Amino acid sequence: MSTLTDPQQGSFRLSMLLSDTRYRSYTFQFIALVALIVAMAFLGLNLVRNLAAQGLDISYDFLSSASGYDINQRPIEYDSQSTHLRAAVVGILNTLIVAVLACVTATIIGVFAGVMRLSNNWLVRKIMAVYVEAFRNVPVLIWILIIFSIMTVSLPAPSAFRGETPTSTMFLDTVAFTNRGVYIPAPVMGPGAWIVILTFVASILGIFALRKYAMKTLFDTGRIVPTFWPSVALFFLPTLLVHFILGRPIGLEYPELRGFNFQDGIQIRGSLIALWFALAIYTGAFIAENVRAGIQAISKGQTEAAGALGLRPNRIMSLVILPQALRVIIPPLVSQYLNITKNSSLAIAVGYMDVTGTLGGITLNQTGRAIESVLLLMLFYLVISLSISTIMNIYNNSVKLKER
Amino acid sequence: MSDMHSHSVGFVRDSVIPPAPPPALESGIVKWMRTNLFAGWSNTLLTLVALYALYLVLSVLVPWITNGVWNASNIRECREIMQGSGGGCFAVIADRWQQLIFGFQYPEESYWRPSLAFILLFIAVAPLLFSKIFPRNLLILTAVYPFLAFYLIWGGSILIPIMAMVGFGAGYLVYSKLVTNSFAAGFFGGVAAAVVVWYLGGFITGAMPGFLALEPVASRDMGGFMLNMILGVICVSLSLPFGILLALGRQSDLPVVKGICVVFIEFVRGVPLITLLFVANVVLAYFLPPGTSFDLILRVIIMITLFASAYIAEVIRGGLAALPKGQYEAANSLGLDYTQSMRLIILPQALKISIPGIVNVAVGLFKDTTLVSVISMFDIVGLIRGPILASTDWNGVYWELFGFAALLFFIVCYGISQYSQWLERQLATDHR
Amino acid sequence: MKKSVFLGALTVSSLLAGAAAAATLDDVKARGTLNCGVVTGLAGFGAPDANGRWEGFDVSYCRAVAAAVLGDPEAVEFIPTTGKTRFTALASGEIDVLARNTTWTFSRDTDLKFDFIGVNYYDGQGFLVPKGLGVTSAKDLDGATVCIQTGTTTELNLADFFRANNISYEPVPIETNAEAIQQYLAGACDTYTTDASGLAATRATFEAPGDHVVLPEIISKEPLGPLVRHGDNEWGDIARWTLNALITAEELGITSANVADMAGTPGTNPEINRLLGTEGELGAMIGLESDWAKNAIAASGNYGEIFEKNIGENTPIGIARGLNAQWTNGGLLYAPPFR
Repeated sequence: MSTLTDPQQGSFRLSMLLSDTRYRSYTFQFIALVALIVAMAFLGLNLVRNLAAQGLDISYDFLSSASGYDINQRPIEYDSQSTHLRAAVVGILNTLIVAVLACVTATIIGVFAGVMRLSNNWLVRKIMAVYVEAFRNVPVLIWILIIFSIMTVSLPAPSAFRGETPTSTMFLDTVAFTNRGVYIPAPVMGPGAWIVILTFVASILGIFALRKYAMKTLFDTGRIVPTFWPSVALFFLPTLLVHFILGRPIGLEYPELRGFNFQDGIQIRGSLIALWFALAIYTGAFIAENVRAGIQAISKGQTEAAGALGLRPNRIMSLVILPQALRVIIPPLVSQYLNITKNSSLAIAVGYMDVTGTLGGITLNQTGRAIESVLLLMLFYLVISLSISTIMNIYNNSVKLKER
Repeated sequence: MSDMHSHSVGFVRDSVIPPAPPPALESGIVKWMRTNLFAGWSNTLLTLVALYALYLVLSVLVPWITNGVWNASNIRECREIMQGSGGGCFAVIADRWQQLIFGFQYPEESYWRPSLAFILLFIAVAPLLFSKIFPRNLLILTAVYPFLAFYLIWGGSILIPIMAMVGFGAGYLVYSKLVTNSFAAGFFGGVAAAVVVWYLGGFITGAMPGFLALEPVASRDMGGFMLNMILGVICVSLSLPFGILLALGRQSDLPVVKGICVVFIEFVRGVPLITLLFVANVVLAYFLPPGTSFDLILRVIIMITLFASAYIAEVIRGGLAALPKGQYEAANSLGLDYTQSMRLIILPQALKISIPGIVNVAVGLFKDTTLVSVISMFDIVGLIRGPILASTDWNGVYWELFGFAALLFFIVCYGISQYSQWLERQLATDHR
Repeated sequence: MKKSVFLGALTVSSLLAGAAAAATLDDVKARGTLNCGVVTGLAGFGAPDANGRWEGFDVSYCRAVAAAVLGDPEAVEFIPTTGKTRFTALASGEIDVLARNTTWTFSRDTDLKFDFIGVNYYDGQGFLVPKGLGVTSAKDLDGATVCIQTGTTTELNLADFFRANNISYEPVPIETNAEAIQQYLAGACDTYTTDASGLAATRATFEAPGDHVVLPEIISKEPLGPLVRHGDNEWGDIARWTLNALITAEELGITSANVADMAGTPGTNPEINRLLGTEGELGAMIGLESDWAKNAIAASGNYGEIFEKNIGENTPIGIARGLNAQWTNGGLLYAPPFR
């Protein structure tokens, strides 16, 4: 017995590396490490030899040379004389723009559809079920292409707005829906505009303060302070008041058809809209399922208990069900956001110039620097994913049920 | 007590009233509509809005389908026949359905082979998916299927898949003989036996290349929906063992192994599949020994498998974590070593509860196989965007083609997800 | 100790593989097929027809090379490539020759380590506009939305052209030709720009080709040609002289119809005899059979025949010979002599 539990000291034999549990784990790890190093060395060696054979090298110098191509959607200043690096940054910003827009929209659609799937209206329930199943079970690439086609074919071209009797007119004379995109008025900052903006920020802070105060009064005295209508008033009134008192410093620049296109205003390009909506509707279907699962995960006893306490149905939802459901909903929701960011790389199918289109597309084509471009591309997505997961882990830990 | 009552109650009914039918408003379809469609003004409003939305969609969709043209040789003919009736030009599907399904290079006289392989797929997976209905020994069909499907789809001599199968069989036999002693002996013995059989088999197949041979088809001739199916099935099946290994590695106590697995999983899950496909397409060649030229389809299979195994590993990790700690402790207390406890106690249970998650990953992966069209492979989407829409005959037929592709994917994915829900219900009964 | 032996073995084996890879000709012969990189689908230049058989101008060149090297014009594996993947496919050895209307530029020839073996089509970038737009010159396109097929030199030419003329534009990059057409026809862009040959091919597929015009400006030089890897000069010679043989055959009047007769009975023209292998040892000089050029020409005809069959004026694409006529007819095609 004692030999099994207490092997003799100091008599290390080579076979113990395999048979003795104390050393075996080191053996395995050593083997794994060596295998990894060998594999890496093999790949690296091949890379070096292949590059040498073709007379190429790994160099990131191309990033600082002029790109030579134009990009249509430029969040920062950029022209064809800018560097490839700047083109990549433009692409990154465009990726982030479409990802953020799609995340917000997908959440709205998803929550709406998820709640509607639990509606007591049979027709609505069925329609939402059809929506969810149709979008969940068809590849997002096909949806992007279909929505892009719908945009292109069903909306009028700018030329339809031209002439004596145009076949299309602008919506309320402010917004033009064309198959090149949607043109909306752009704000023009006059003198004093910053005062208006400051007022707006201040009233937002005021709304938060009001809510906090209401919560404190509720906990201290049990008195419910109305917050909804005061918040709405606070949101609009001060800003509008200051705006008109100062003589309307923030003007609107309306889109206007000049030459081939609408000029002025802000153009939301068709490719952006197609990608944005396709991602939002597709991911919305998944979020709807998460929301539904989250709400259904809360046991019926909770609703009944809340009802027994005399809470009204909307308060049951907002005070009892949702806070608990959110704990279930948010982790998959965040991974859906991650999916949106990753799926936005399909922008390439509709010609939206995201980072896959600039760095992994035209730059790669023009410079032939495939390895460098693809590495940078992966690095970018990795950084985004890891930062979102980190935030999510922090959140998860903060809402974890405290078990005693 | 009873006396008091008999006096105070003046009338006692002595027969049961026959049940009256419910009021007209509270029965049948009317009641159903009142509770499900018109309960309260907000509900009614919802119904009306929903009806209007439905009308909008159907008013476009119905004429599109009913006025569709199925017989035309090109889009101009189609438009002539339609005369602006709003119908769809489904003739493109009638004209090119073979290309859409099988790709444009698969020999036409051999279409029965992938079709047969597709039908056999159902027979092969049935014992796996409905383990309660089918006897366990039918699983042999599942084991034989990959070799049969390879023979059917790729063709060539039947000896190659048979030898491969014999090799696996020999490996399994040796493994099952030796595994009672130690897992390592069984594993390495099995591998050695398989390698020996394959090496010897190489002489036989080399000597008789034409034995029972079907016309060989190169993998780059695969295309259309068939390519999506092939990629989906192969990558999911291959990624399962890798996923299990990665999940075990991530749960392991060995820091080096754990570190490698964590880095791999997080890296793969952090980048979009399309960048991995770029790697397969434009970068991977630089990392292989000079002169080796892998097929593009093989490189893509490798990349998608890596991608899928990271996701499956996470699902299985969830399953491992969901097992009560008592199971691990019980296995240890029986004196089982690591491989035994995993093989006999932990994995069977963990895999069982991970099945719905694995199926979800499989559906997602199958949909993602369309991304190969971006790297110039002619899967169904690639065929539509490339040769079919570029041809003079069908330039401009978008809805019908994409609709057809969407329909095919919907049928397959909806079927799988229904199965997954059924399975979840089956599994759920055990716990409640 | 064991590890280093293992590594050494790996190194040696991969070095051997590397040495074997250098000679493309031997690879092709050993494989029995030529791997030829082509476009994924451009009418007239390279696209599979309804039966799945590749047809087109560039495709015919691939068949000619296969016939010259292997004696069989059908021994070609066509590998579709996109603008992004074509160069890596060639560099990595996945394809032996790339015939995918690729523009010969300085940096591609030098920095990317390829060798263009000649020009099989002289092209230039043009603009396609609807007649109703009322534009007669590309310089009128100030503020226009321009559809571009990405992955080509077109983006760069376009940026240069508009910059040089100091006019603005809105680029809409599109991945495939088919989608660019969809955008253009729906009016989502005012003009579509790509190589003029591609524009003609595209216009031919329209419902009403007469409603669209190609603007007179050609804003770039686009000498399109097949290319091979830099460094394997033997293989480069074969690819180059196969193209020259096709061009010379047209000049000398050798067609797919009469090539067999001419090769069977040596005629009086010594250059024809040298080309078809009935005189001299030209084939042996590039490591091929003496009838290599005969096979190449028999595969799908001489340059003129290939042109007429795929993109000529009697096809829906309807491109005139123009710059691509023989030098004797005022064009730029001028093959060096076979001697």
